Amino acid sequence: MIDKIAASPAAALADVPDGATVMIGGFGTAGIPNELVDALHAQGAKDLTLINNNAGNGDTGLAALLAAGRVRKIVCSFPRQTDSWHFDRLYRAGRIELELVPQGNLAERIRAAGAGIGGFFTPTGYGTELAKGKETREIDGRMYVLESPIHADFALIKAERGDRWGNLSYRMTARNFGPVMAMAARTTVATVHEVVELGALDPECVVTPGLFVQRVVRIERAPTRGAGF
Amino acid sequence: MADYKRWTREQMARRVARDIPNGAVVNLGIGLPTLVANHLPADREVMLHSENGIIGMGPAPAEGAEDYDLINAGKQPVTLLPGGCFFHHADSFAMMRGGHLDICVLGAFQVSAGGDLANWHTGAPDAIPAVGGAMDLAIGAKRTLVMMEHCTKAGESKIVPQCSYPLTALACVSRVYTDLAVIDLGPQGATVVEMCEGMDLARLQAVTAVPLRAG
Repeated sequence: MIDKIAASPAAALADVPDGATVMIGGFGTAGIPNELVDALHAQGAKDLTLINNNAGNGDTGLAALLAAGRVRKIVCSFPRQTDSWHFDRLYRAGRIELELVPQGNLAERIRAAGAGIGGFFTPTGYGTELAKGKETREIDGRMYVLESPIHADFALIKAERGDRWGNLSYRMTARNFGPVMAMAARTTVATVHEVVELGALDPECVVTPGLFVQRVVRIERAPTRGAGF
Repeated sequence: MADYKRWTREQMARRVARDIPNGAVVNLGIGLPTLVANHLPADREVMLHSENGIIGMGPAPAEGAEDYDLINAGKQPVTLLPGGCFFHHADSFAMMRGGHLDICVLGAFQVSAGGDLANWHTGAPDAIPAVGGAMDLAIGAKRTLVMMEHCTKAGESKIVPQCSYPLTALACVSRVYTDLAVIDLGPQGATVVEMCEGMDLARLQAVTAVPLRAG
C-alpha cells in the first residue's frame, strides 16, 4: 500500500540534513506552511539555503529561523517588507547571503527544475543589474537572458486537501508557489487541513498529482493572518 | 501668470481608467495604480490579474469578511468576481511573459523619454533590494503604463534622458500619467497628449528634463 501520510510535522522533517536546500511555499502569509517551518526550526538543521518569495514576517516562522542563525542563504524576490526586521538586520550585518530573483524568474526556474529543463531564455531582467554576467541571446529580434533551474532537497508547502497518494488541492491564493515547488524538490512535504480517502478528491480538480509529493501531514485549520504590508 | 491646477491622485486614476478598453486584461501595480480599479467606467468589463494567481479579482471585502488566503500582490485582502479563478505562480507569470495581459499600470521612480523604467530600487547603499514582479510585469504586458508624480519632492523631473536609478526594464513604457500631464514615450521621444488645466507646453517643459513635443 502507498501511504504518504506522516504522523506529524516533526516526523515529516526528521531527515533534513545540515546544508539542505529547502523551498518554502507562500506569498505574503497565504500558503506559508507555518507548522512545517516551526518543525524545521525545532529540528535543528543549520547552514540551510532557503527558497521563498519573501524573507519572513515579524518574529515567528521563517523570521525566527533566520533570527536563529540557521540560514546561510536565501533566494527570493521580495525580502524587504515593513516587518522583515530579522532579515534586514542579518543582511546589513553580512550574515546572510541574498540571491535576488525577479518573481517570475523565480517561479519559472523552480518549474524548470521540476520539468527537467536545463535552462531557459527569458526577456525578464534583460539590461538590468539582476542579469549582470548572465548569457544573453537575441531571438527573433528580442533580447533574452539565460536562467538556470533551481532544485531543492526539500519543499515545504501548504495545501488544503490531500490523500494518501499525495494528490493535493489548494485554497485560493494560498496555491501560489506550491505546485511548482512540489515538482522541483527531491522530497516534498505538504500540510493539508483534510486528509480524504482515495477517490474523494475530484480527479478534475487535483492541482498537484501525487507523484510530486512524498509526505502529507494533516494540521488543524487556523485562519491565515495578514502581515507584510 | 495664472496658476495651473495639478491633477489629484484620483483624477490621475480616472484618466488612466479612460484608456483601458472594454474586455482588457489588466494588472494594476502596488500603490498609486491600485486606485485605477475604483474608476473603471461601469459600462466596461475588465479582467483584473494579480501576480499571486488571480484573474477576475474583485474589490476589497466588507469589514469582517477578510480572508488572508485571498489577497492581492500588495498582500491586502480582496474578493473574487464570478468567473474569476486561481492558478499557480508559474502560470501567473507565463500570462505576463507570454504577452497575455493587455495592460499593466506601474508606479515609477523614473522613466526615460525612450520608455526605460526604474521602479524597483533606489540603489542607495543601505537600501535592501526587493524586486518582486516588477521586472516581469514591465516586459510582459502588451502596453505598460506608468502613473507617477511628475517631479520628486525636491522638484526634480522624474522623466529623464537616462534613468539614474537601477533599471527595471528597457524601452517598455509607452505612456506616463503624471499630476501635470499625459505623455507618450518611445523611440520618437516624449510627446504630450494632454495637460492639466491651466498648463501650457512651455511651463511643462520647464519642469521636464527631456524635450517635449506637442501631440
